[in-house]
Amino acid sequence: MADVAIRSATTRRRSSASYRFWRRVRQGFLGLAVLVVLVYVLFPYYWAIVSSTKQGAELYQNAFVPALNFTYYRSLFENPVFLGSLVNSTFVAVSTTAISLILGLSAAYALGRIDFPQRRFVLMAILMISIFPQVVVLSGMFELINWLGLYNRPSALVVTYLLATVPFTTWILTTFIREFPRELEEAAIIDGCSHFRILMKILLPLMGPSLASTGILAFILSWNEFLFALTFILTDANRTVPVAIGLLGGSSRYEYPFGQIMAASVTVTLPLIILVLIFQRRIVSGLTAGAIKG
Amino acid sequence: MSTRLARREHRAAWLFLTPLALVMLLVAVWPLSRTVFFAFTNAYLDDPTNYSMVGIDNFIEVLTDSGWWHVVRNTLVFTSISVAIETVLGLAIALLINEAIPGRGLVRAAILVPWAIPVVVATKIWDWMLNDQFGVINALIVGLGLSDHGIAWTANSSLIMGVVIFIDVWMTTPFMVLLILAGLQLLPGEIFEAAHVDGIPAWKRFWSITLPLLTPAIGVAVLFRALDALRMFDLAYVLSASNENIMTVSIYARDRLISYQELGVGSAAASCVFLLVAFVAILIIGVLRLDRSAGAA
Repeated sequence: MADVAIRSATTRRRSSASYRFWRRVRQGFLGLAVLVVLVYVLFPYYWAIVSSTKQGAELYQNAFVPALNFTYYRSLFENPVFLGSLVNSTFVAVSTTAISLILGLSAAYALGRIDFPQRRFVLMAILMISIFPQVVVLSGMFELINWLGLYNRPSALVVTYLLATVPFTTWILTTFIREFPRELEEAAIIDGCSHFRILMKILLPLMGPSLASTGILAFILSWNEFLFALTFILTDANRTVPVAIGLLGGSSRYEYPFGQIMAASVTVTLPLIILVLIFQRRIVSGLTAGAIKG
Repeated sequence: MSTRLARREHRAAWLFLTPLALVMLLVAVWPLSRTVFFAFTNAYLDDPTNYSMVGIDNFIEVLTDSGWWHVVRNTLVFTSISVAIETVLGLAIALLINEAIPGRGLVRAAILVPWAIPVVVATKIWDWMLNDQFGVINALIVGLGLSDHGIAWTANSSLIMGVVIFIDVWMTTPFMVLLILAGLQLLPGEIFEAAHVDGIPAWKRFWSITLPLLTPAIGVAVLFRALDALRMFDLAYVLSASNENIMTVSIYARDRLISYQELGVGSAAASCVFLLVAFVAILIIGVLRLDRSAGAA
């Protein structure tokens, strides 16, 4: 009897020791994987920062610490074309975001709160438009922009960006509105409140965070757009940031201004990264809400 | 009475949808129909009002152009390989973040960085890192003794497609991770506890429980990514605008339209892009449906 008890106790001890050992190995591997992923996602941006603060020959030596020489940044902020593109991009992205949020909120209220027979069809149509390849509408868009007299003007981009941002904001805001309990508005409906008042007085005050995260996503979408910005803007003074950076080049392969491009890259990405990190959780819920329930 | 109320509700719904509908008519439906219309004309971009109808000549010109089939191949190769890698890598990173380990919050935040960086900027950064003479990647390769000279990543015609896929994987895997992670967090924990108690090994738990339950979430993510990859323009354009080894259907259509000013042929090419994307979308949705009905049976 005692013999059996002792034997089972030792096996238990041995098994728990091996369990602990394997757990530690597992934790070690997972920790290593976390480290690898972090280096993989963060190193390129870090390297852009490092490269943007080196000068001349330093740039071609692979030292891993920044040299903290801000000459490129200084020349960048004395460059009227780059500053102009920052202003243009901000104007285009802010206007597009504002218009998309207003249109999207109105449509999302109908799709999220009012029952009508064509609702599924409208949702499908919106989803289909949002996955449109932009090049497909390019010829018609060219004609439209000329007809509106907007060719080579930043406001042309606001018009064209609505193609992607309005369906996108509508889709996300619809899922957000559906998450609010309907009981919120029941009393108002019984009192005979109009839909417009329900949206403005009951839902809107609650939707600040949803609008913020949707707005940031729309802002990033328009800030990063390239194809329309390349096609509908002709002169340097009216370009947006991605095209300005995309077209930065030296007179030859060997004079390629990498330091300057890296400084510009760091500058235009920094606000996005800060915004995204601040609103991290909301952005993730905005991005995934539409996809999971769709 | 109730039908009148219902009708009033329908009218209210359409009233709220009117602004959206008008804007979509203006920037989506109208330009799309004009593109299809121009595809049957011989118009040029410098004077779009001067044209005559030419039937399907433009489509014949596009479909008999070996350049077109070359860019179709590039696009399909790019889409299938990059989406496949992103799915596997995204699943792995999502499973990693889902584990209770120190640093998972940090990874979840850090993963948003490549996603937020503009495509143009990400392309420029990787182009610099992969520079054949001064790039940090080649310095590492030489430093580690893997090769005694740097590799011409972007100048080599057989490597450049790999570079494009590599950059795309870096940029868009975060999106996959977020979607798969959201799917993972919806899975019922009891099943895993039960399997754990029953002593089922980890790989089998993953293969027989996690993966089948996760399939719908992965399917949606793959659909979104594939349609996005099919229309890729900026990455290849910024890396090397005229390199035919990485030219995509979007670049081809835009070149015909803008650079050669061929409004008719360019519109026909754009219409073909539309058909290609629609075909792949139907294909993927069909596979997902089949899968779902098979799972339900």
